[in-house]
Amino acid sequence: MTDVIASEPVTLTPAKVETPFQRFRAEFFESRIATFALCLFGAIVLLAVFAPLITPQNPYDLAQVSVMDGRLPPGSEAFDGYTMWLGSDGAGRDLYSAILYGLRISLTVGLASGVIALLIGMAIGLIAAYAGGRTEAIIMRVVDLQLSFPASLVALMMVAALGKGVDKIILALVIAQWAYYARTVRATALVERGKEYVEAAQCLGISRARIVFRHILPNCMAPLIVVGTVQTASAISLEATLSFLGVGLPQTEPSIGVLIANGFEYMLAGLYWISVFPGLALLLTVVSINLVGDHLRDVLNPRMKK
Amino acid sequence: MTKVLEVSGLKTHFFTHAGVVKAVDGVDFSVSKGKVMGLVGESGSGKSITGFSILGLIDPPGRIVEGSIRFNGEEIANAPEDSLKRLRGNRISMIFQDPMMTLNPVLRVDTQMIEAILAHEKISRQVAWERSRDALGLVGIPSPEERLQAYPHQLSGGMRQRVAIATAFLTKPDLIIADEPTTALDVTIQAQIIHEAQKLTRQTGTALIWITHDLAVVAGLADRISVMYAGRIVEQGDIDDVIDRPRHPYTVGLLGSVPTANRRGQRLFQIEGMTPNMLAMPRGCAFGPRCRARTEACAAQPPIADVDGRRLRCFNPQRNAEAVP
Amino acid sequence: MTAPLVEIREVSKRFTKRLDVAGKIAQRLGANVREETVHAVDQVSLAIQPGEVLGLVGESGCGKSTLGRVVAGIHAASDGHLFYQGKDVATLKGAEKRAATLAIQMIFQDPFASLNPRMRVEEIIGEAPRMHGIVSKAEQSDYVDDVMRKVGLDPSLKRRYAHQFSGGQRQRIGIARALAVKPKFLVCDEAIAALDVSIQAQVINLFMDLREELGLAYLFISHDLSVVEHIADRVAIMYLGRIVESATTEEIFSDPRHPYTKALLAEAPRLDQRHRAFEPIEGEIPSPLDPPPGCTFHPRCPAATADCRKTVPVLKAGRGGRETACLLEHLETA
Repeated sequence: MTDVIASEPVTLTPAKVETPFQRFRAEFFESRIATFALCLFGAIVLLAVFAPLITPQNPYDLAQVSVMDGRLPPGSEAFDGYTMWLGSDGAGRDLYSAILYGLRISLTVGLASGVIALLIGMAIGLIAAYAGGRTEAIIMRVVDLQLSFPASLVALMMVAALGKGVDKIILALVIAQWAYYARTVRATALVERGKEYVEAAQCLGISRARIVFRHILPNCMAPLIVVGTVQTASAISLEATLSFLGVGLPQTEPSIGVLIANGFEYMLAGLYWISVFPGLALLLTVVSINLVGDHLRDVLNPRMKK
Repeated sequence: MTKVLEVSGLKTHFFTHAGVVKAVDGVDFSVSKGKVMGLVGESGSGKSITGFSILGLIDPPGRIVEGSIRFNGEEIANAPEDSLKRLRGNRISMIFQDPMMTLNPVLRVDTQMIEAILAHEKISRQVAWERSRDALGLVGIPSPEERLQAYPHQLSGGMRQRVAIATAFLTKPDLIIADEPTTALDVTIQAQIIHEAQKLTRQTGTALIWITHDLAVVAGLADRISVMYAGRIVEQGDIDDVIDRPRHPYTVGLLGSVPTANRRGQRLFQIEGMTPNMLAMPRGCAFGPRCRARTEACAAQPPIADVDGRRLRCFNPQRNAEAVP
Repeated sequence: MTAPLVEIREVSKRFTKRLDVAGKIAQRLGANVREETVHAVDQVSLAIQPGEVLGLVGESGCGKSTLGRVVAGIHAASDGHLFYQGKDVATLKGAEKRAATLAIQMIFQDPFASLNPRMRVEEIIGEAPRMHGIVSKAEQSDYVDDVMRKVGLDPSLKRRYAHQFSGGQRQRIGIARALAVKPKFLVCDEAIAALDVSIQAQVINLFMDLREELGLAYLFISHDLSVVEHIADRVAIMYLGRIVESATTEEIFSDPRHPYTKALLAEAPRLDQRHRAFEPIEGEIPSPLDPPPGCTFHPRCPAATADCRKTVPVLKAGRGGRETACLLEHLETA
């Protein structure tokens, strides 16, 4: 047997352990566009997080907002002496501050609903794949039913039923989105279930529960992450849509969508900045997330041998 | 004997982020009209890349960095895409391992075959259809008129490969490159496919390059054989010379490790080690680390030379045909 | 005569594509939609003695992989029984059942799909023995080292992931995973088909060494006759779900009786035959969804008679312990 061991020269395999994550990371940063998009998104998040420290005004504090400052073009000076680089809206909110604060809400709502929908959808999809048979059929029919409605319609119906408020919006978005995750997880789980390493685990007498959670689930994460990024972007714009339609968040705590809606009436009067700047902010956020998600999909795409 | 294809000094390298992979690193061979050249090697030997290079099908990050490919006297290595397009599917055809790669799954068989002809010849659709039907009959497909109307997924693997072969012969090319066409097929179907390819080659005088890892298939089919290892040809000559009297330790090892060359129930002769990592090639002879006949001279890269009536890349040719040391 | 280690009696495995709700409605409305049943394995009986290697040969669609999975316990048989050490596996419970499950392990064909890409080698090999209490968590690391050495892998590589190994090494990892639960019987499902020729020899030698060292028995499933000839004691030939011939290796290769066996042996390319004229048998392998009536081989058989279309030949013992399923053969030896 000894000559068989000698036949495996160690130099022919890489010198250090390369975890799948390290390999993924190296491949991801090969794309300049995706790296840039990721940095852009990171910058947006940082701006939103540190908004109270870097904005001259808290647009939600009614004491700081004055109608006297309203509708001022970009670069004008406010009553309190600071410069409104992006102008102000009808109510006198400095747009720069309003956008950053609005981003906080939009990002929170989008990310929170995305994560919760992912967890719920993943659980349901796994149960469907694990149970099989009738249970699976019933669950998937519910998923199909849900998916046949446009997400915005479902969200609208939910919001109409639940009323206004951040938590209710998140709930509505979760209900609108969970089905995408469930479908993705179930499809991937089915594919993985047919693979030979799962058969091997069965042969080795490993319990079904452990096979699902320890073997199949980690291999389902890749498509889930891709769907997750795209869905988050979608949730953010969905929230903006609801707010634009006036059924989302209250006026006193405007998210990006509300800001765009507020500025709409002024567009024809030539006061473009009230809608356009929040719109640009939304665009940049959604596009950067989508670019990252796009590249993620390419990188996480299972390549065959070699 | 007219040389349909002459390849000399071909080098195809891939410039990846992890380093340069010299998939093909100095390959010379030629194929004559009506003859079959077997290109044999294991995974990573560069045999498939050689085939793709001939047709100019190498995508970035790979490219042909050096060498000449003369087809009927005309130089085609790194030729402009237009002139290559005129050759592909017309004067040089290719058959792949997976017939779903050659055949478009959403088009019917007749559509694809007629398209293949009409891309290069100005004849009526009716005439093209008739030629397609006759071609299918030639490769032994029963009721070809019915099969023409089918989609690829309605045919079995063996049928699909036969359609691929028929399509390859449709334009009466001068050269066909077959890349592992029977590897995925069963023994009985494999025998049929080889039979058809053999028959057609003899009938039409087409030159054939058969790329495979299966020595037994090549033994029954080819006139000449080139054995490849790590991007280079290590032994090349007439089929009888190489198979019955191998000189390169790798060829000796390959032939010796086949079960039929060993006594039943005894441990098989095995080549130690694994194919080298193309990103970290050993210095000197690429086969060195695994070679039982290795000497100090092997620390240098052996050149290819004429030895015993064949081309050999080795400092220590094995005189004794016995694989067991 | 010792009791066989593993035995299957009259095992059949059918896969039925059930109609869903839409299909059932279509059927009621008169559409030509029916449930399709594939008879992957049809009344197969085999027995393997301890330490014996039985080669199972056939082409694609013959059901050999399905049969292998039934023996390994991955699929449940539709009919028939699987016996381990004389006891019907379906009737076992608790510790006995677990012992039977672990005693029969499988080595898979695809070295890439058969290992979990997200698990380290250490965990791939060590998970099952730890789960079943064969080793404790503390002993796991050393135990994995031992098993890796036994299959010719360097134990220092155990923290790596599957994608960092070559095809041959991955196959060794798969073998190590099976050995880790101390099996007595291995089902090798085309275990070397996906490997390079030079690596095949290494892995075949490994199988032979392990058999000698550990006294393992194998069901060696392969389409490669030369490998089976080398490693097996007995050979069974399968065609479309049925065994058509079964005999010792020497008998099958020197004196094949069934027309299909003869064709297989004649058509396999051989190194010592140059410029050979391949004279293949006609026809395609029929679809298992729609097998020919009577003897499933009759449309392609050069010696078929009218009877062959009507009667299904049963596997019957002929001269000297060999069995064939051919009407003409039965007539001769009657």
